[in-house]
Amino acid sequence: MSGQPFRAVGRAIPRIDGLEKVTGRARYVTDLVVPGMAHAKVLRSPYAHARVRKVDVTRARAHPGVFAALCGTDLTWCEPYYGPAYRDRPVLVIDVARYEGEPVAAVAAVDEATADQALDLIEVDYEPLSPVMTLEEALVPGAPLVHTGTPQAGHFADLASLRAVPGTNVCHQFHFERGDSGRGLASADLVLDETYRFPPVQHVALEAHAAVALWSETDGLTIWASTQNPYSVRVELAKMFDVPLARIRVVVPHLGGGFGSKTYAKLEPLAAALARAAGRPVRLAASVAEAFQTVRRCAARVNVRVGFGRDGRLVAVECGADYDVGAYADIGPRVVQKATYTATGPYRVAAVTLDARAVYTNTTPGGAFRGFGVPQLAWALESLFDVAAERLGRDPVELRRQNFLAHGEEFAPGDTPIDGKLEESLGRAAETIGWTQAGTADRGRGVAAMLKASVAPSVSEAIVRLHTDGSVTVLASAVEMGQGTRTVLAQIAAEVLSVPMARVIVVQPDTAVTPYDQTTSSSRSTAMTGRAVQVAAEDVREQLLHVAAAELGIAVKDLALDDGAVVAPSRRLTYAEVLMHRFGMSGGEIIGRGIVAPGRTAAPLGGSTPFWEVAVGAAEVSVDEETGALRVERYVSVADVGRAINPLLLEGQDEGGVVQGLGHTLLEEMLYQDGHLLNGTLLAYRVPRADDAPPALECRFVENADGSGPFGAKGAGEGSLIPVSPAVSNALARLTGVRLRDLPLTPERVWRALRARRRR
Amino acid sequence: MDDARAATRIRLAVNGRSCDLEVASHALLLDVLRDVLDLKGAKRSCDIQVCGACTVLVDGMAVSACTYLAIEADGRTVLTVEGLADGESLHPLQRAFLDAGAVQCGFCTSGMLLTARAMLTETPAPTREDVLHYLRGSLCRCTGYRKIVEAIMAAAETAR
Repeated sequence: MSGQPFRAVGRAIPRIDGLEKVTGRARYVTDLVVPGMAHAKVLRSPYAHARVRKVDVTRARAHPGVFAALCGTDLTWCEPYYGPAYRDRPVLVIDVARYEGEPVAAVAAVDEATADQALDLIEVDYEPLSPVMTLEEALVPGAPLVHTGTPQAGHFADLASLRAVPGTNVCHQFHFERGDSGRGLASADLVLDETYRFPPVQHVALEAHAAVALWSETDGLTIWASTQNPYSVRVELAKMFDVPLARIRVVVPHLGGGFGSKTYAKLEPLAAALARAAGRPVRLAASVAEAFQTVRRCAARVNVRVGFGRDGRLVAVECGADYDVGAYADIGPRVVQKATYTATGPYRVAAVTLDARAVYTNTTPGGAFRGFGVPQLAWALESLFDVAAERLGRDPVELRRQNFLAHGEEFAPGDTPIDGKLEESLGRAAETIGWTQAGTADRGRGVAAMLKASVAPSVSEAIVRLHTDGSVTVLASAVEMGQGTRTVLAQIAAEVLSVPMARVIVVQPDTAVTPYDQTTSSSRSTAMTGRAVQVAAEDVREQLLHVAAAELGIAVKDLALDDGAVVAPSRRLTYAEVLMHRFGMSGGEIIGRGIVAPGRTAAPLGGSTPFWEVAVGAAEVSVDEETGALRVERYVSVADVGRAINPLLLEGQDEGGVVQGLGHTLLEEMLYQDGHLLNGTLLAYRVPRADDAPPALECRFVENADGSGPFGAKGAGEGSLIPVSPAVSNALARLTGVRLRDLPLTPERVWRALRARRRR
Repeated sequence: MDDARAATRIRLAVNGRSCDLEVASHALLLDVLRDVLDLKGAKRSCDIQVCGACTVLVDGMAVSACTYLAIEADGRTVLTVEGLADGESLHPLQRAFLDAGAVQCGFCTSGMLLTARAMLTETPAPTREDVLHYLRGSLCRCTGYRKIVEAIMAAAETAR
């Protein structure tokens, strides 16, 4: 690392919103009270697939205390369909209900109890249809179709190339190849052909989706929303109501977790429609059970064929991945192509053929979830690496090391060269877990690596305002959802402008106030929004220096910022004094602007990733042979982050990612039977508890300041989750000889596999 | 219906302050705290006494306010996260959560703090296993729990 001392960057500063949170004073959407606000409830389809012949809301509308009752056919005064990839999702069911729990009608009333009563007065005439609940059912020729019409493209230019297969449930297919993988596999000394499955899982943000919508003649629509993407919500609502973007104001208070579940519009269109119909503000707050009916991770079936030379060299990869995107595409097609593009992980391989399909089923829509499709593929590839290592008689760490892409090496023509040092991450992980040291007979160790691209092209803008007393306001639209972005952005501004953290305020996202930011996802906020804040702060710095240079008669190059002042060897002007010179009075402010917009490139997906997220995981497990209970005793995660702007918060992010990854590895799966979700509440759906977390959990970072973000930072936060499943499964395999290919690794699955092994 | 909505007079001490309230007999303590007393620190999440985000202390015992009738709190003392600090002086648990980085999105935080507070009253010198046991009814989806456990152990140390 460079020798320059930092005042804020790189320091383990407690989060700036922490005090508000430990005192209970932080306000989330569901805590807001807008005068005159009505409360909404949603009637949901009891069928996975049904024709809706009639919805009668007349009695509900007449119920005392009800301000509005809506069904799909009422929405003639707005565009009733929305969705980021395809506009395939009606705000309320029109003609066909496509999954259990889909919103059919909604009521806004004086309170939630009254709204609930009114829901009972709504009459719906359903004609149940045959559902397709699994990939297999959906892909069989002649399967019932989830959608029959021609899909309309959503709002992503790079998804204008969406390729649905008419007459089937495939809503998008992606193909990528380089080299001749067929010839590669034919020439390989070892070919493995295996299929792995990843279950549908839910994010379980403790705060479910919520929005409060308010229309006014002067300002248009204001919506306080629990969203990771205020600007995506804005464009969706503007299209829906055919109003200018400037008349849609999306405000994001504290967010009670996101993990991808709050990317793109979810409940906001319905809340806005109800508020319009009710003629008053409307609050719509989903329960956790309703979140299970809103979005989930795309389940996947991944077939991978890998070919290795006798010397351990990876010579070819062929991948066929089918993702279950549920009843509506949401961002599923983008998940599928983005992830599949990197299906070969962090490895050098000349011959590649990658195919993926996004498949509709009559289940909760699948969308973004931490890892964005990569965990499903890494589960397969990283398991196969260990299978290959065993067959080749190689150490799994060494086999990976041999095949890693090098720092600076091309991943694909036109895309960003690899900007991390994988061998360093793997080395740290192996060393920390004690890979080469003898372990006890009752423990097994496993490793896994991963590589993930961030969204590209993407745009982040920021404004930094320096006030006359030297305090600073940062305007940016990265959403603080727990990851610590407000603190990190404040650190970056404090660093550039040489002011104490306490003098920097980071305004919560508000599309009427804070400038454009594409999305808070894809691990991009530190690198992209943070870089925009850095550029904006540097713009302020340049303006300060120029005013001071003129005043002092000293060249800009001989001036510096130091603790709230512009300094030269013999002179010192406080920021207050500089602004006084600039404006001739004690008023005014200096405004800096930062834009990060790398634009389109020749890379295969149309934009070059701003950074590669790379991480390695190492697990040590034990298993109870009597019960099949698998326990992760120790876990080490190493992420190559370029620079940790805030090591304390980063460590927290990665620890959380590991334990969330243990959820789908050991416990979590949305189970469907006879068209119904069996475990859509926290009683039946088990997420990790404190006593499920590994007794020893260590998250480490590789910092070579080699990222494109501020101070050499790269994105982080998803990487720690992705290697968890294969690392744990590889550890189980090394301990017991049992190789599992379906997640989660429940006691029953492990026990059955152990029993089958004993019988062999 | 009307009977269910009939108001019952209750008196309870919330964060040291006596409150005389008329509440429906089916009103949940969580709704009364949040909507009547404007104490929004306790959060509604799972609705079924699993996640712990709504945890408050009733006579020092941790309860899930989402499934606890307000009338059951009649004559009792209720502590919410808003009453945890002593004026501007943070409770050692609050301090420890901040310092350890045990807070991320914050939605579970008030429940975690109050659960830990109840535990420390009962078990002033907890082992790590004690803490893990007490947290079985408190879910966090952000932190991975390590820093929460560390914070609680540190606060216990400070309080001794």
